[in-house]
Amino acid sequence: MAMEMRLPVARKPLSERLGRDTKKHLVVPGDTITTDTGFMRYIGEVGDIVVGRITERRRSAEDELAMRGFLQEGDLISAEVQAVFSDGAVSLHTRSLKYGKLGQGVLVQVSPSLVKRQKTHFHDLPCGASVILGNNGFLWIYPTPEHKEEEAGGFTANLEPVSLADREVISRLRNCIVSLVTQRMMLYDTSILYCYEASLPHQIKDILKPEIMEEIVMETRQRLLEQEG
Amino acid sequence: MASVALSEAEKVYIMHGVQEDLRVDGRGCEDYRCVEVETDVVSNTSGSARVKLGHTDILVGVKAEMGTPKLEKPNEGYLEFFVDCSANATPDFEGRGGDDLGTEIANTLYRIFNNKSSVDLKTLCISPREHCWVLYVDVLVINGNFNCASVSRIPRVRVLEDEEGSKDIELSDDPYDCIRLSVENVPCIVTLCKIGCRHVVDATLQEEACSLASLLVSVTSKGVVTCLRKVGKGSLDPESIFEMMETSKRVGKVLHASLQSILHKEESLGPKRQKVGFLG
Repeated sequence: MAMEMRLPVARKPLSERLGRDTKKHLVVPGDTITTDTGFMRYIGEVGDIVVGRITERRRSAEDELAMRGFLQEGDLISAEVQAVFSDGAVSLHTRSLKYGKLGQGVLVQVSPSLVKRQKTHFHDLPCGASVILGNNGFLWIYPTPEHKEEEAGGFTANLEPVSLADREVISRLRNCIVSLVTQRMMLYDTSILYCYEASLPHQIKDILKPEIMEEIVMETRQRLLEQEG
Repeated sequence: MASVALSEAEKVYIMHGVQEDLRVDGRGCEDYRCVEVETDVVSNTSGSARVKLGHTDILVGVKAEMGTPKLEKPNEGYLEFFVDCSANATPDFEGRGGDDLGTEIANTLYRIFNNKSSVDLKTLCISPREHCWVLYVDVLVINGNFNCASVSRIPRVRVLEDEEGSKDIELSDDPYDCIRLSVENVPCIVTLCKIGCRHVVDATLQEEACSLASLLVSVTSKGVVTCLRKVGKGSLDPESIFEMMETSKRVGKVLHASLQSILHKEESLGPKRQKVGFLG
């Protein structure tokens, strides 16, 4: 068994870590403190992919007959934003069988501003697992389905045990995403993949240690800069 | 505690993972997450400690005050516990929501410390039947994301002020003239959640949602079990209880060892150590 206790270390404020210059520490009423949407609620746009959990549903008679067999409260689904209402509510639709109920896997909740907008949000990573990067900050990691027709959606969930190798990949990906989030890096398929590769020399449970987290994310950052430059 | 909703498939995934000793974050069933400990964070207490584990943040303060001994135990001092689940922790604790959990944890603490082998209460006695020290222990849950009883297990380093004189009690004004309460035998609480047919320590919120029953075991550094308490709606059969007790003794010893070493390390840094506190 592993047990690690440590003394706390004063964390450097985020702006200092990223090299930004913040001289002003006092504000007066009327000042804008930040326009960073990092800690603001997710605002949907038409066409966004979201991963969501069913918390409540309408209890009409037809609904009972039709939907309850397929979707229960607490289920996770992937869907696309169809329309946005003026009060901020969004309506979702599942355009094809690609969307729908999600089966076995791991959900990671992050700030919506960290998910980079891309052409596609469904990725089959070469390391052996797949991810859905929801624009609302809900990321879903799941084992890549073996048969091409059996996609992540549909309405029947496969409850057979996932193999140990797949589990290790999924856990590692989950820890990598958590490390990227603590260092406020943008999340997209390349950054997650580079982080995964940088974490391979370490044990999965060690990735969450602060020093190892910093090391891995620095390596990822460097690789991404090299790739762009 | 606040519970999180999970889909059937997610629960199945977690349960199968636990069977294979690979949890969602890569830990084994008996692995703890990284714990941060700091003592002496509150200046106007006799002793205090802060513990951070995952998202859970707990602050414990101990104050020593003079009081009269209880009638049935005239030679001993006693401890009073109070657990406050702050509304900052989760929205469920708003208003009086946290009171139930607070009283539950406080009652567990009373039972644990009611044992002779945990704290030597005779050292708290000043003069029999007349005066004794009462230690008021306050636990504040700042951010509770899982079973906090498992975390508020840190033995506090206590600094008390000595006194002299017989009928007239004089309290020495010197803040360094003090006795430290021996915390060698103070127990740690290990919470084991039963998931499927195995049990895990340090469960996350999601893992707790998959578990129907948990066992709180308080273990001293020598491996002596002082208190056992079952929580949850499900049932535990006697064999699993036995297994869980064995695991908790093992885990408890390691916990105590790490804790002692970290407290020694902190002490060896001396009064000049950089205090992180809450704004760090």
